[in-house]
Amino acid sequence: MSAARNGYRDSTNRPVVAVTGMGIVTSLGQGRADNWSALTSGRSGIHAIERFPTEGLRTTIGGTVDFVTAEPLCAPVLSERLADLAIGEAVEQSQAGRVGDFPGPLFLAVPPVEMEWPQRQTLARAVNGDGPPDYSTLVEAARGGGYESLYRLFAFAGVADILADRYGTKGAPVSLSTACASGATAIQLGVEAIRRGECDAALCAASDGSVHAEALIRFSLLSALSTRNDPPEKAAKPFSKDRDGFVMAEGAAALVLESLDHAMARGATILGVIEGCGEKADSFHRTRSSPDGHAIYGAMQAAIDDAGVSADEVDYVNAHGTGTPENDKMEHLGMETVFGERHAQVPISSNKSMIGHTLTAAGAIEAVFSLMTMAEGRLPPTINYDTPDPAIPLDVVPNTARDAAVRRTLSNSFGFGGQNVCLVLAAEPA
Amino acid sequence: MSEERRPVLITGVGLVSALAEGLEAHWAALDVAGGAAPPVDRESYSPYPIHPLVEVDFDQQIPKRGDQRQMEPWQRIGTYAAGMALDSAGIKGQTEILSSTDMIVAAGGGERDIAVDSAVLGEIVNRDEFGTILNERLSNDLRPTLFLAQLPNLLAGNISIVHKVTGSSRTFMGEEMAGVDAVRAAYARVASGQSEICLVGGSFNAARHDLILLFELGGYLWESDWCPVWERTDRGGGLVPGSMGAFLVLESADHAARRGKPGLARLDGVASERTTRGPGAAGNAAAGQLNALRTALTGAPLAVLSGASGVEPATSEERTFVTQLAKDHDASVRAAGTAIGHGFEAQFPAIVGLATLVASQRSLYPPRDGSGVELPAASPIGQILATCWGHWRGEGMALVTALDAG
Repeated sequence: MSAARNGYRDSTNRPVVAVTGMGIVTSLGQGRADNWSALTSGRSGIHAIERFPTEGLRTTIGGTVDFVTAEPLCAPVLSERLADLAIGEAVEQSQAGRVGDFPGPLFLAVPPVEMEWPQRQTLARAVNGDGPPDYSTLVEAARGGGYESLYRLFAFAGVADILADRYGTKGAPVSLSTACASGATAIQLGVEAIRRGECDAALCAASDGSVHAEALIRFSLLSALSTRNDPPEKAAKPFSKDRDGFVMAEGAAALVLESLDHAMARGATILGVIEGCGEKADSFHRTRSSPDGHAIYGAMQAAIDDAGVSADEVDYVNAHGTGTPENDKMEHLGMETVFGERHAQVPISSNKSMIGHTLTAAGAIEAVFSLMTMAEGRLPPTINYDTPDPAIPLDVVPNTARDAAVRRTLSNSFGFGGQNVCLVLAAEPA
Repeated sequence: MSEERRPVLITGVGLVSALAEGLEAHWAALDVAGGAAPPVDRESYSPYPIHPLVEVDFDQQIPKRGDQRQMEPWQRIGTYAAGMALDSAGIKGQTEILSSTDMIVAAGGGERDIAVDSAVLGEIVNRDEFGTILNERLSNDLRPTLFLAQLPNLLAGNISIVHKVTGSSRTFMGEEMAGVDAVRAAYARVASGQSEICLVGGSFNAARHDLILLFELGGYLWESDWCPVWERTDRGGGLVPGSMGAFLVLESADHAARRGKPGLARLDGVASERTTRGPGAAGNAAAGQLNALRTALTGAPLAVLSGASGVEPATSEERTFVTQLAKDHDASVRAAGTAIGHGFEAQFPAIVGLATLVASQRSLYPPRDGSGVELPAASPIGQILATCWGHWRGEGMALVTALDAG
């Protein structure tokens, strides 16, 4: 053991970052236990959308979280409720700080919210104008006053403001978006802050409660969504030959990160370690990866490098695995490039086959599942894998969970806008 | 806090606003007797004045028309300013450096299609159940690519595509606080050795009905004839949105030296905080931030560039804070919002950009203020303290030092 690697410091003498608390909510349920049980029994959380009428839409299914109430039901309120449930569970498990006094900053991935149609309609109705309403009508209504709470709802800083107050996090909360990589970015920001010595602990959370009609239609217009509406639970088919898009979904996850010495000093239970974070942006296209895959395998390799390990030491990959024709093909290319001859033997499974694509929250949700995979020694499956794609010869843990000893997991997140973030998580400090 | 801090240089600034394009043109517009007065559009969003962007030839930084068409104006402004910053830093087109250049963007939400929204609103306003008609109209009327022109992280995406900045890409959200934390994170990463070179900034398009609506919900807009920021406090206060794009290139002194780039100024610290704005809370936070930066104050003549929005009561509180600060440090104050308006996510990067300009000129431009806060400044200016209190949340501060002033 080198002098630098003393257990609390990694191979480049940075503080080791431990996970001491985790919380999760998805369409499969609330909390770690329910989610893990559903996930490893191969259950799907995808169902017909009932939240709004789907008549006339090409896609009518989703992984909405319907057992959590939000009033009014809109993206910022539901996203805040979901984040609150996940953070509450993580903080309780961690026991870091005191209730309402978390000893570090908040990094929160949230969907970009904006006023929704019910609010626009309410404003338009508040004014008795001549002729059809337009933005001047809405502004006239706003001038009547009394809408400060509506402003705070749709200000980008709004959700984090509520959560920072409730949990007593320190400093300015950072709200962020790197599209479908957002959850991983939230974790990365926490890791970096701890490594810089700015804080001993960080609360990293990601939430998405934004399945409403307009959001669904926007993704649908980009031809990104599965249209295999019946039966809903069979729609998400990552790595299958007949995959036809992702399924929009909701959820949230939170992780309490601490420097290992801080966690050990207070006798906390170490749930795992974030060993490495890797990033590589793609400059090819707004929604597609560079055909040579360099940004995807660049991010995967960067995470492995940052962890100070080699690809041979990675036992399992938690896939981005959206089930779009493009993503899964490129992710396979990334596997081939990073793992070489081993690529078809390293198990890789997609949680999204069961929970759908939780968008902003996905990177954090899948990091929690990755840590549980290692702790439980059981690989969650890729369900709906009935027609393998011969162009993607991977061990996707087809259809049923499998016991396996996993010491180290690579978790992939690839976003629209070319933002790719990968994490290397380990069961225990090296 | 971390033990070791490397010096962080500002080696590039891209700034475009209502006032001018580029640092030189900003100085020419600012350094005039009686102070700068930015163009005001009093009509388009009446009764709210806005500062429209100076006329810009987007082809200069976004040569492909196809790329321009994929962006709404807020993204075009930001991608343009980012290109200016890369030019200024001398790394435009330098593929190897750009492929390891990090990026943090502070972004708001994208622009809605006002015509589609208005048409849909007309259809649904009198219906109790409007789900089905909404599905039909949005499915048929929304441009598929509009979504991408609206997503906050697609400003960074466009900068990667157009300028090939691909080391890393993060987008912070949350109005002014996003801009402050973006600069703070970029600074901290370079200072700690986590990054060698980082492009950081944001953009804001004031000419938007959807944002005028949003800000009026909160009651934040100034709705009389334009006047300087400090003069608004006893008339109820309010902000005048200003279109702007502001990007900085932050770089470790070592990295800049290796490529022979002298730098424009040094960034000596960035602080961010969020108070709930009880009476005196923001002032206390700012006092704490100043205290943390105190060891970096060299005693060289100081200027204060305030990001005060004009919104009350924060602007009155900030006036008290900067007035005392000016007295304690024999400093002169300018409200950046008077010169360029208020640009939310872009405000703090723009102020740090203006501070870099003042540092490189070693001189502060003349005041434009009838309230007595702004006074003529002594020369040469050695350091600039930039403040940025958000219109609702977020308190930020940065210290910029002239390179030949210690």
